Order: sequence, then structure tokens, then C-alpha cells
Amino acid sequence: MIVARTGNEAMAEAMRQINPDVVAAYPITPATEVVQLFSSFVHDGLVDTEFVPAESEHSAISACAGAAAAGARVMTSTASQGLALMHEILFIAAGLRAPIVICLVNRSLSSPINIHCDHSDTLASRDAGWIQIYAENAQEAYDTTIQAVKIAEEALLPALVTTDAFIISHGMERVELVDDKAVPKFLGERKVKHSLLDVDNPVTLGPLDLQDYFFEHKRSEIDAMNHVLPTIEKVQKEYGDKFGRYYSTVEEYKLDDADVAILAMGSTAGTAKVAVERLREQGKKVGLIRSRVYRPFPQTAMLKAMTKVKVVGIMDRADTLSTLGGHLYTECRSILYDADNRPLLKNYIYGLGGRDISIEEIEAMYDELLTIQKSGQVDKNIVYYGVRGE
Amino acid sequence: MAKLKDLAAQEEKFVGGHRGCAGCGATIVARQVLLAAEQPVVVGAATGCLEVISTIFPYSAWNVPYIHNAFENVAATMSGVEAAYKALKKKGKITKDLRFIAFGGDGGTYDIGLQALSGMIERRHRVLYICYNNEAYMNTGIQRSSATPRGAHTTTSPAGKVIPGKLQLRKNLTEIVIAHEPAYAAQATIGYWNDLVTKVRKALDADGPSFINVYSPCRLGWAYAPEKTIKVSKLAVETCVWPLYEYQDGTYHITVKPKEKKPITEFLNVQGRFGHLFQWKDDIPIKEYQAEVDFIWNRLLKRSEVQKSKEPG
Repeated sequence: MIVARTGNEAMAEAMRQINPDVVAAYPITPATEVVQLFSSFVHDGLVDTEFVPAESEHSAISACAGAAAAGARVMTSTASQGLALMHEILFIAAGLRAPIVICLVNRSLSSPINIHCDHSDTLASRDAGWIQIYAENAQEAYDTTIQAVKIAEEALLPALVTTDAFIISHGMERVELVDDKAVPKFLGERKVKHSLLDVDNPVTLGPLDLQDYFFEHKRSEIDAMNHVLPTIEKVQKEYGDKFGRYYSTVEEYKLDDADVAILAMGSTAGTAKVAVERLREQGKKVGLIRSRVYRPFPQTAMLKAMTKVKVVGIMDRADTLSTLGGHLYTECRSILYDADNRPLLKNYIYGLGGRDISIEEIEAMYDELLTIQKSGQVDKNIVYYGVRGE
Repeated sequence: MAKLKDLAAQEEKFVGGHRGCAGCGATIVARQVLLAAEQPVVVGAATGCLEVISTIFPYSAWNVPYIHNAFENVAATMSGVEAAYKALKKKGKITKDLRFIAFGGDGGTYDIGLQALSGMIERRHRVLYICYNNEAYMNTGIQRSSATPRGAHTTTSPAGKVIPGKLQLRKNLTEIVIAHEPAYAAQATIGYWNDLVTKVRKALDADGPSFINVYSPCRLGWAYAPEKTIKVSKLAVETCVWPLYEYQDGTYHITVKPKEKKPITEFLNVQGRFGHLFQWKDDIPIKEYQAEVDFIWNRLLKRSEVQKSKEPG
């Protein structure tokens, strides 16, 4: 069925079709609509879900962890400060191997307070042990929400799917929904090995773990994250085979014959694709790399993509406040250390607090990258793009 | 009325071998509460003494399903567990009739976990929340909490040269909970085991959220000999420092009324945490504490009288 939906509506539709056992959530701009729409699904009898309207995001994610430990299929939604308030429990949920899925809208972290898009919220949670997948548009947000449930439950790792605040969350797009009945069939029932509700086989979850065992348990969690990429790829393929839309962990766009490329995440990749088309008409060999999956970092696919070109402009919609540049930039520099054909890198930190990025600005970046290709010189590695006084 | 013989014949749900101190009140709370439960239970615990001493991997003292999440969120965690139970029961994936119990110390309940507790009760999750109240953060080494009474020495309200222990009075958490109109609320203590057992059974039978604030002497933080735990618990009741009462369907009921209300000094002078008050230049801290105890006790008497006058005949 083809419909017009905002990103938030598309994610809420996916949640309705998933019909989770428990949703515990707290509203926050710009993700409020997801919670609001889902509440109406509950009150209109369209889902069987036990909805827990928590009194904070901290309690929402805590309830999600409890419900997941009890064997339920569990989802929530949040953004920005809400995710920051959940921060403590994000690590615990991952350590408890609770396969929770968050429909997340990327919004700047305070201060200054702002409600618009950047990626500072989820990137600040990058080490929490959650799978992170960044959607480019409403269609992908919808598809990935369904995929995330399957990935999380198979890997016993929590996952968050993100959209860019307002750009995707509130932008109306053409979205193709799959059949209501096909979604539960694709996901199947959640299989639970140890449930908190199994009173005949009592388990102790979340025990105190000291010097003698903590490291082994943490190592096994790291191992799960290290091995989850094939699961993500498998689910992406199953989804594509079933519903016709295929995704990859790293998307390459017009890259094979490109001289320079931009690397971006989220909606900006969609804008950059238009810039690539325009420049290609002028005969400029430019391409795009999109990091769809950010945690775990798909380093093999990323390395393969980056080493196809001579210069990569890395667009980060957040800064690490460390003098080292943005998150994608520092991590890509790291994986290139052992590469034979290292491209030159330039880091564009852009769009903080929702500052718009235009096709023309991205075209100008590509022109700069082509100049770097000719000169073989990057005079300034990290620039703050589109900010006054720069 | 529960019979000791019947309780003793049951299989233990909170077993020995844990790392609690000799004379630990909190572990007696856990054991008595679980023995009182007549239905299968799922337990959650907040970070704190009880959690730390009972689950050092690979050991567990819990012979029932147990989850620990964090310090401030046991009420929220158990809200989620109960929601999952309702969802899975509706779908026929669970058939048994279960009960849910959350344990938190006064730190995890009066202070950092107050919001989650309020949310759990307001949303009407059918969970029994047990606060094992030892009147300070004992797990981190005896720091003040909002349950710490006036004058008590803790490491963050020390008996100093110019300030003799805690300056403020206790927060009345039981009344805060009652303001939420839970299905059942009570105060209890381990020295009156039958009273506690009866209250746990009432709470688990009540169709909605319930709360029991269990006074739980801590021999380390309160500084008394380990064999005195039950005696100290009883003295708290005899001096009305810890009134035993319950609240259900809008009415108060004092469940144990001391024959003769003793002065609080009889409770204070058996504990090291109040020792400095007896050497202090004036009796202001003790007087203020006594005034608080009298005020709350008298109010409670009035409230339970109101209940009596409403009773028919």
C-alpha cells in the first residue's frame, strides 16, 4: 500500500504492525508523535500492547528492560534529552542482553536548548552497546524499524533506529507499507531462553559481578556486537527478498568511477545524492558513501568504499569536542591507518542545531574536494561549515 | 494469623549463605516477606545492601526469579515486568497466577527512586513495593538519607563539634505513598513478624499497587550489638518512633498499639548513632525528635479514631 506519511507516522505504523507486547514511553519533541500515535492505536484496539506511559524516559527504558527480561517484545521512542536521561540504563539493557528497539528522532543535546536535528544525542550513546541504524528517509525508517526487531531478538542486543528531527520526522513522504499480516509473519514469535516469569526455573538477572567474572561477561557482550553485522546483513536480505526493498550497512552511490566522495549519515545523504546528480551532469566524477549502520561500525565495507576514491569529505552532524573532529571522521581515520590506498580526508562539521544544509553547499564541498584531489593537499582538516565567523 | 510452624515448614525462597552482616535486618525482611507470599512471586531489587549481599556472581540467595537493574528504578523495572506479565497472560503464553515484589532501601525509595515509585503507583501496576528502611545509605558506608532521623550520626551528617548529627526531621514517605491512594499501604517491622506477614498477604491480595515501609534495623549503621536487632525493632514500636499501621480503602488502622508509650530516649540510648546526643550541651535535638514522634503518633490516633466512628454499631 502506498501512502503519504511523515517519518514519525511511518515509524508508528511499523510499531502498529509489529504489535509489541509492551511499549513503555515518554513523549519528547520531535518524537512525541510516535508515542501519541501509538497511544491511539492502543486506545482504538488496533494493537494488543500493554502501554506503560512512564513518568520519565529513565523509567520508560527501565520498564522496557524489565519487560524484555520477562520475555516480552518491547519497543519505545525518544529523542535528545530523553536518550540522555536513559543513558545509564542503555548500558544496563545491553548488558542484560535485552532486545529493546527504540524509534529515535535525532535532536541536538542541550545546551543551548534546541529542538532541531543533529546527531549529538545518539553519537553520545555510541559506546552503550546498542546497534545504531540511521535512516535516510521515512521509507527507510519504516523498513528498518521492522528489521531492527528481528535483528535485536536474534542477536540479543538492543537496537535504535534514527530519523533526522523535522527533516524526516515531520516531512511528508511517499511510503510503501507492507501488508499488516506480513509483518508478524516476517518477525515470528520472540524466542526466549530464560524468562523472569518462569517461576519453575528461577533465574537471577543483573547480579553483582566482581573482578573474577565481570570481564568475561563484558567480553561476551563485546563478542555479540563484534559478530552482529552478518545478522544485520541477513535480515536486510530477507526483508529485501520478501518486500522488495534492499539495504546495505554501507551504501555506495555512484562510487565506482568516482574521484572524490562525500560520506554522510541520515537525511543529508539524500540531499548529497541530488548534488552528485547535478555535478555528474557537468562531467564531474563524484560519488557518495552513506553509513547506514553506525554501531557496530561496518569497517570492512567502509574501508572498501573509501579506498575507491582519492579524497573523502566526511560530513559529521556533531562534534566530539576533543580537537579531533567529528565521530565519523575520527573513526574513519582510524580504520584507514593500515590501508594501502589511503584517500585524503577532510572533515565538514555541519548542521548543528538543525542548521539547514543545501544542495548548493554540498556542491561547493564537492568542488573543494576536487581541488584537493588536484593539489594533493588538505590545508585545513576540520572545518565548521556554515557557521558565522568561520 | 500466620503460624510460625507453617512458615518454618516452607521451602526457603531467600536462602542463607549470603554476605549480610551478622544481625542484618534487611535479610530478615526479605526472608519474612517471601515466606509470607502464598502465590509464586517474581522479585526485583534496587541497588543497595540487599542486592549486593545476595547476588555475588556465581551465587544467588534468591530461590525465586530475580532482577536487579539500577539504583533508582526498581519500581519502573517491575512496572515493565508486570506489564509483560499482563501482555503475555492475555496472549495465553503465561497461565500461572503470579505476584510481583520490588525491594528497595530507603536510599532507593525515599530519595533517588521516589519518582519511579510514584509513577508505578499512579499507573496502578499490581506490584508490592517493600522499602527496607534502615534510615541511611548503609551500602556506601552510612550516609544520611531523607529517612535519617533528627540528630542521628551518619558520615554525611556527623556528630561534630558544632553540629550534632542530622539537623532535619525524617520525610514521611508512608504518607506520601498514601496520598497516591494505593490499593494497600502499611508500616511494619521485623520484630513483629506476624504483623508483617499479615500485611504482606493483604498487600498481595489487594488488586493494585501496594507499599510496605518495613523498619529494618542496621547493626552497623545504628551501632548496636548484632544480637539486639529484634530488640531495637521492638523498641521503635514501643516508643512510637515507628508506628505499625495500615491504610486501605480510605481508612487507617493501627495494627499494634503499645500498652505504654515509652519516651524515645529508651530507643535512642541503645544505639551508637545517637550516643552523642546524650553528651550534647542541650536537649534540643532529642526534644525535636520526640516532638515529631508525638505529632505523628497523635495524628495517627485521630485518623484511626475517625475510622472507628465510621464503623457500624
